[in-house]
Amino acid sequence: MADVTMRVWRGDEDGGTFTEYVMPAVEGEVVLDVIHRIQAGPAPDLACRWNCKAGKCGSCSAEINGLPKLMCMTRMDVLPEGEPVVVAPMRTFPIIRDLVTDVAFNYTMARQVPPFKPREPEADGTYRMQQIDIERGQEFRKCIECFMCQDVCHVIRDHEENKASYAGPRMFIRFMELESHPLDTDDRRELLRERMGLGMCNITKCCTEVCPEHIKITDNAIIPLKERVVDASYDPVAWLGRKILRRTKRSALEAALDAPGQHTPTRQEQPTRPVVSATDHS
Amino acid sequence: MPDNSHDIETHDYDVVVIGAGGAGLRAAIEARELGQRTALVCKSLLGKAHTVMAEGGAAAAMGNVWSEDNWKVHFRDTMRGGKMLNNWRMAQLHAQESPDRIYELERWGALFDRTKDGRILQRDFGGHRYARLAHVGDRTGLELIRTLQQRAITLDIDVFMECKILRLLKDAEGAVSTAVGYWRPTGEMVSFTARAFVLATGSIGKSWLYTSNSWESTGDGHAMAAWAGADMIDMECVQFHPTGMVWPLSVRGILVTEGVRGDGGVLRNSEGRRFMFDYIPPMFAAETADSEEEGDRWYDDHLNNRRPPELLPRDEVARSINSEVKAGRGGPHGGVFLDIATRRSADEIRRRLPSMYHQFKELAGVDITAQPMEVGPTCHYMMGGVRVDAETEQTTVPGLFAAGEVAGGMHGANRLGGNSLSDLLVFGRRAGMAAAQFAQGRTRAPAVDGAEVAAVVAEAEAPFGRDGGESPYDLQSAIQQMMQQLVGIIRTEDELRRALGELDSLSERAQKMSVSGGRAYNPGWNLATDLPSMLTTSRLVAKGALERRESRGGHTREDYPKPDPELGKVNLVQRIDGDGNYTLEPEPLLEMPAELKELFEEEPH
Ligand SMILES: Cc1cc2nc3c(=O)[nH]c(=O)nc-3n(C[C@H](O)[C@H](O)[C@H](O)COP(=O)(O)OP(=O)(O)OC[C@H]3O[C@@H](n4cnc5c(N)ncnc54)[C@H](O)[C@@H]3O)c2cc1C
Ligand code: SF4
Ligand code: SF4
Ligand code: FES
Repeated sequence: MADVTMRVWRGDEDGGTFTEYVMPAVEGEVVLDVIHRIQAGPAPDLACRWNCKAGKCGSCSAEINGLPKLMCMTRMDVLPEGEPVVVAPMRTFPIIRDLVTDVAFNYTMARQVPPFKPREPEADGTYRMQQIDIERGQEFRKCIECFMCQDVCHVIRDHEENKASYAGPRMFIRFMELESHPLDTDDRRELLRERMGLGMCNITKCCTEVCPEHIKITDNAIIPLKERVVDASYDPVAWLGRKILRRTKRSALEAALDAPGQHTPTRQEQPTRPVVSATDHS
Repeated sequence: MPDNSHDIETHDYDVVVIGAGGAGLRAAIEARELGQRTALVCKSLLGKAHTVMAEGGAAAAMGNVWSEDNWKVHFRDTMRGGKMLNNWRMAQLHAQESPDRIYELERWGALFDRTKDGRILQRDFGGHRYARLAHVGDRTGLELIRTLQQRAITLDIDVFMECKILRLLKDAEGAVSTAVGYWRPTGEMVSFTARAFVLATGSIGKSWLYTSNSWESTGDGHAMAAWAGADMIDMECVQFHPTGMVWPLSVRGILVTEGVRGDGGVLRNSEGRRFMFDYIPPMFAAETADSEEEGDRWYDDHLNNRRPPELLPRDEVARSINSEVKAGRGGPHGGVFLDIATRRSADEIRRRLPSMYHQFKELAGVDITAQPMEVGPTCHYMMGGVRVDAETEQTTVPGLFAAGEVAGGMHGANRLGGNSLSDLLVFGRRAGMAAAQFAQGRTRAPAVDGAEVAAVVAEAEAPFGRDGGESPYDLQSAIQQMMQQLVGIIRTEDELRRALGELDSLSERAQKMSVSGGRAYNPGWNLATDLPSMLTTSRLVAKGALERRESRGGHTREDYPKPDPELGKVNLVQRIDGDGNYTLEPEPLLEMPAELKELFEEEPH
């Protein structure tokens, strides 16, 4: 079989360039396989992340020919033949080295989501939920945290300054997952509007397009959240009503007992590690 | 190379948990909830540990689908699946406590698939008498790890991601007091002092060529414990999962969940025959269907029919596939066929097994709703490991606890599918609890010996200082080829002896390997620091395999094809002494109390 030309971004926080590697083509390979062969051959220190090699862990995100993709799920034979395959790190996050970026932003944001707050269980100590009521939540829980939706979101892609006040699509689906959880009793809407920057999203749907889990981030999470946030000017009765409508079999009284309280975002930064600054490596 | 060994970053905690899979996360949560200052250290990013890949489910006798199920049945299945080599007390605690641990996940936000009456749905898996696996489609591990991860971050547990621990150091009293490692992003060294350490580092599977395990599974925890003088048991008991992908070559080994068979999939050879009917062992004959019709009826009526032989324990199925292929009845790529397409509707397949559908479609160009999958055995799970006390998960070294796949005993000679995820929860929690207690009772502040730390650092850095040596990638691939060939699914005395010889020379070669580039995020160097663990664990496996002159569970000897009742009464205990010498001794299993023994006398219907 012919050779393949891989044009891989190499560098660190101080900048870098694309380096070309010409490798023999092997039937059935994915981009990550070729990267591994480059590591085992010409560039043993080429940095990339991976774990499962089966699209399940969300470690191997990169921009392949300009599009965010999982390297382990992108077959070489679907890329244009005879042209170099360009592999670059995700652009929205600071570079650590080569294809590895510092995704701490996402972990910091995750720590600010007020936790799940379940209602009291049934008398036997467990819960009853119908499959149909959990399907929406399950859709969001498919998220493998590849952070490619965060990568393409233009609110932060070229706007480092927005990161302080914007959670991004990955976190929006987390909010919606909790919001649609049949057992949850917390109200996170104000936080979402004031601190998580939901209003900055203008529904371009780029995030939905790149999601490897085919989660309908915009239609099923962001748009409903936006509606709920503006809706009924925070009328707690309307909000509770919707919670009850989800057929959790609770009385209104029960629900009112654990009505939404105040929440302070949990602090907790990641343990210290030198944070490298963003570089434009495009 | 910068030598900063005299001045390395140091953190102090009450409890340090090494590994952030299900076991490590659960341990850290428990220790933290008991008020301990807790750190969680892992080689990858948080949420990416091996546990995330688990597919089929977590076994727990909740009795939601079959009310006949209870802990005793689960216990019995586990022991029989493990060929009675299990630590019975662990198997008992596991069977008794798993349901609570699953319900606890639900209280923390997990969304398991439901029964019609709104309870947690359970699915069938090999070796389990009743449908017992709580699951979320075929991505149960993701649900488990995400739930625990989200719980952990609300508890103020400090997480050190992409930080690899190299060695455990002990104080003058012989208790573990320091862990030395490095940050992968920067390559800087770091050390942790703590009053108690929990090892939760997962598997050793990366030492084989065809494996379902990720790059992380290099047996670091197994090796670190052994180097610290801990007892290791039954290291020969490695599970080869019957169904890994075989084609294309680049995905060979990636797992095909047992859920496919649990949900109705069957195995066929190139002649179209459901060959598993030809391989029903006497031990399971009483509870295995002997016709296709009965096997098929079983899915809807467990009480009046016996289970299809495709759902025999994994060791049986893996060996059978191996024999079929050897007899020339395999598929074009050396596997056999796993067929769900002709058995279930396309809709149902996509709904119940979405990630399998996706995986074959994307990686192999196979539509599993229309075509069979070609599958073959792949190295999957390590039953053997660090010897622990059943109640506390304390190892034989003070201050060191171990839970999850790194610990031995729970699964005996063969693990049943689904029993690992619940094992992580049950024993992760117990380890966290006991570690917290130990930490509270440890009065002397853990002391660090600068010279020892410096020696660890020097060893890790050495490959940078050498020129023209072998590449760590070549060495890794040599280990994998050798283990696959000589210490694989079927073993012989001659091959095992050769393996030990090869390991000697590979270890020598590893002393001379060199790496290039800087220290920051350098996978070549990172791999070089994984190789010592791979070599040590491979040696422990080969030595155990040589000594266990019988076939039992995951350990199959061509020259001793039958189980030996005498060897069935002992654990093979291995130790590495201070001078690096390996010793091996058979030691009697824990005696099972009479009331539990009874469970094995009555044969089930
Ligand atoms: C594809 C697949 C499917 C499976 N499906 C099922 C299933 O359906 N049901 C079931 O019960 N079991 C299943 N298993 C088995 C089960 O997933 C594993 O046994 C289990 O997840 C192991 O968990 P653990 O917590 O012990 O370790 P892991 O999840 O492997 O985590 C190990 C952790 O240790 C860290 N670590 C390792 N070495 C170091 C070091 N030197 N320094 C710092 N950190 C370190 C890693 O970074 C990681 O965080 C499956 C396994 C695979 C591979
Ligand atoms: S839809 Fe919103 S969140 Fe998604 S990419 Fe566009 S702006 Fe970002
Ligand atoms: S929502 Fe989709 S794209 Fe975003 S992190 Fe999760 S899996 Fe990735
Ligand atoms: S390696 Fe896990 S998603 Fe690619």
